[in-house]
Formats: sequence, C-alpha cells, structure tokens
Amino acid sequence: MKKDSIPQDKSSLSSKGMKEMCYAVDENGEYSTALSTGWKPKTIALEVTMDDLNERIENAKKSVLEGKKSPILYFMERSRMDWSILASYMGKRKWIVKCHAKPNVFKKLNDTIIKKYAEVFEIEVNELKDFNENS
Amino acid sequence: MKIVEFQHHQSAHCENGVASNVLKFNGLDISEPLVFGIGSGIFYVYIPFLKVNHAPAISYRPMPGIIFSRAAKQLNIKIKRERFSNEEKAFAALDRNLDLGIPSGLQVGVYHLPYFPDEYRFHFNAHNLVVYGKEGDNYLISDPVMETTSVLTKKELAKVRFAKGAFAPKGHMYYPTSVPTEVNIEKAVLSGIKKTTKDMLAPVPLVGVNGIKFVGKKVAKWPKKVGIKKTNHYLAQIIRMQEEIGTGGGGFRFIYAAFLQEAADILGKSSLNDLSQNMTEIGDDWRDFALHASRVCKERVKDVNAYQQLSKMMINISDKERKLFTDLKNSL
Repeated sequence: MKKDSIPQDKSSLSSKGMKEMCYAVDENGEYSTALSTGWKPKTIALEVTMDDLNERIENAKKSVLEGKKSPILYFMERSRMDWSILASYMGKRKWIVKCHAKPNVFKKLNDTIIKKYAEVFEIEVNELKDFNENS
Repeated sequence: MKIVEFQHHQSAHCENGVASNVLKFNGLDISEPLVFGIGSGIFYVYIPFLKVNHAPAISYRPMPGIIFSRAAKQLNIKIKRERFSNEEKAFAALDRNLDLGIPSGLQVGVYHLPYFPDEYRFHFNAHNLVVYGKEGDNYLISDPVMETTSVLTKKELAKVRFAKGAFAPKGHMYYPTSVPTEVNIEKAVLSGIKKTTKDMLAPVPLVGVNGIKFVGKKVAKWPKKVGIKKTNHYLAQIIRMQEEIGTGGGGFRFIYAAFLQEAADILGKSSLNDLSQNMTEIGDDWRDFALHASRVCKERVKDVNAYQQLSKMMINISDKERKLFTDLKNSL
C-alpha cells in the first residue's frame, strides 16, 4: 500500500472520530504509519455482518412471539451471542441453556435464574418475563 | 500511588502495541513491526469446526498472547502473567501494580468496551490494553488502537476483564519483571524469521500458505455447498478478519513488510528489502481480494463465476506467499 493511497472513506469509526493506523510505503519505498478514517470494502463487510445479525434477531423475535422459543433466544441474538457464549456467561452447560430456550421449560425457571439471565443480557427481569411485540 | 509518565503511542495491532508501549516505558525502544516480526506474528490458520459469529474461524495471526511471549523470550525479557479466579483478587493485583508504578497489560473482551463503535462490539476476547494509572475509582487506559488514552470505571473494566466465551481473559494481567538494557537484536530477528517461515510453510493442510490455498478452494465450493447467502456471510467474515482494526491492513502483511525493512537494516541484508517489496505487493493483492469480495457480498451476485474468480485470487496469493517464504528461508 502506498501512503498516498491510504483510503479515507466514511465508516463507523469516523462517525466516532476514531482513526486507525495503517502501514504504508512513501515515495522512497520506506515504511511508515499513517491514519485512515475507513475503507469502503470493510464497511460493506461490516454491513453484511450487521444485516445478517439483524435478520437473526428478527427471526428469533418471530419464533418467540409464535410461542416456538422462549425470550432467551431473542435476547441471546440481540446480545450477539451464540449458545456457547451464553452458556459461558451463565456458568452452565450449553444443553441446559438451549433447554431454557424452550417456552415450557422457560416458564418453570425460578427467579434466581431469570435474574441471572437479565444481568447477562443487561435488561430488566420483566423484559424477559413479559415479552411482547414491542420488546 | 505512584504517578508514572506513560507514553501512549497508537499502533495498528493491540498486542504488539501493548508490548511496544510497555517495553518503551521500561527503556527498551522497540517498534511495533519489530515486536511483530520477532514474535513471528504473521500466520494463517483455518479452523472450520470452530464457528465465530456463525462462520468458520479464520485467523491471520497466532493465538492471543503468543506474539508478545515469543518476542519476550527472544529478547530475554521476563514477563509475569497472572490470571484470577475472581474480580476482587484481579483488582487487588492491578491496584498493587499501579501503586508500584508498573503499567500493566490486560487481556480484555471487546463487547463491553464503551469507547468502541457499536458495530465493532463483538464477543472477541483477545483485545489488549494497558492500565497505567488510577484516579479515584477510574482507571487510566492506554488502548493501542486508539489515538488517545481513555478512562474506564472499575465496573466497566471488571466487565471486560471477565468477559466470557472463547479465550475468556479471566482477568489476565501481564507485565515485564526484568528488561535487559542490552539485547541481541540480530539473533532475535533471525529466529523470529525462522519460526515464521517454518509456520507459514508447515506441511499441514489448514495452516500457513497451505491453509490459504485450502480456503481459496473452499470459496469456489461454498456457493453450492452452503448457498449464496451463507457464502457471502463467510466472505464478509474473511474480509473482517483480514482488514479489521489491528491488522494494519492486508491481513498484517504490511506490518510484516515494514518488519522486513527494519530487519534488512539490522542484519545488513539488502535482499530483505526486496522481499519486503514483494510482501507489500502481496499485501496489495489481499486488499484487492477484499475489494472484490466486498462487491460480491454487496451485490449478492448469483453468478458462480464471481466466486471462482475470488477463489483464483486467493490461490494465487497462496502461491506467491509460498515463493516469498521459501525465498525468505533461503536468504538467511
């Protein structure tokens, strides 16, 4: 990469006033560093990832509203977690956490466990208990 | 508590940045590319059975923490690493270090870091930063990928130090306990390069240049095997791993090229300057791959030829890197 061709595109970094450091060669072929506000292909890759994530969240919401899954699934997706990460935060086995995503199992969970889930998801307990269209 | 003058230098990659900043504080002036090269930071591995954000794991660098450990070993620097079973102990140890005026490196999770843009907050637990002081209940942070220093409350810092999931940091704190004033930099550079050529040319399918070729072939097969949508998701993940904050662009290839240039001076070998130039060209090829792959992702191209093209680009990169690392090995 040549120093004068370091991309200065708009990105989520630049919107926070952040810049990242790149290594590039100057006109004499010497390496040095320079800052970049962003690069479009990266922004696209991030957008593709975020779109995918939002779709997962929407699908999870649908499943919960249809009574196929418990709100655990929705909040897990919203927290960008998967089963292993959630299990690790809960200090439980993956299959147990997966089981809690079944609506009939979820209904029987005691308050301590629900509270722990709420803490992990950084939400209030009632958001888990009274899940609805606006959640 | 002891007030220390800690110089924050922004870097491309967090781990090398922490290493370089902490070593500079301890009187050893060493650049980020030099830490990276001596620590054999350039790498490639494909781990299909490990899923990260619902896509197979691909890494352009070795396991977290290894670059600094290797570099420290080569440079005869002693590093103390501590992990903790609970937050109290983790903070007692950190406060003890700050009282003694020891800036300390921490491994942290990115998801709860408040100063990162939301799009960058994923459950990635191998980020590194330095805590260099404390004001009241707030900790003074030097995060090497940021332009300036930051501040985190104890609660915020506790969250990132005890993030969960793969590579959970468990409060991991590290700091040098002895830094020699004289180091044999030539020897360190040589063994760093040797290790790199060995790893990149490893005779196993998923690692190094073979790994790149393996993934290159997969890219052509994914559309049929997992569908266009998932393929695009996988490609997006590849681009992100390759270009995300911390790589310095082109999957660390430019940092490595910068290292080869420094190495040419240190070892007095002008052939390394030519190899640095080749590495820069390969870095540009990776950027070109990212550019094309991002277009394919965005336009949701249904044309399988587009994926064949990307596959060819990657296989071509693998061939070029094989030649480069072989030449590098033979140049020593």
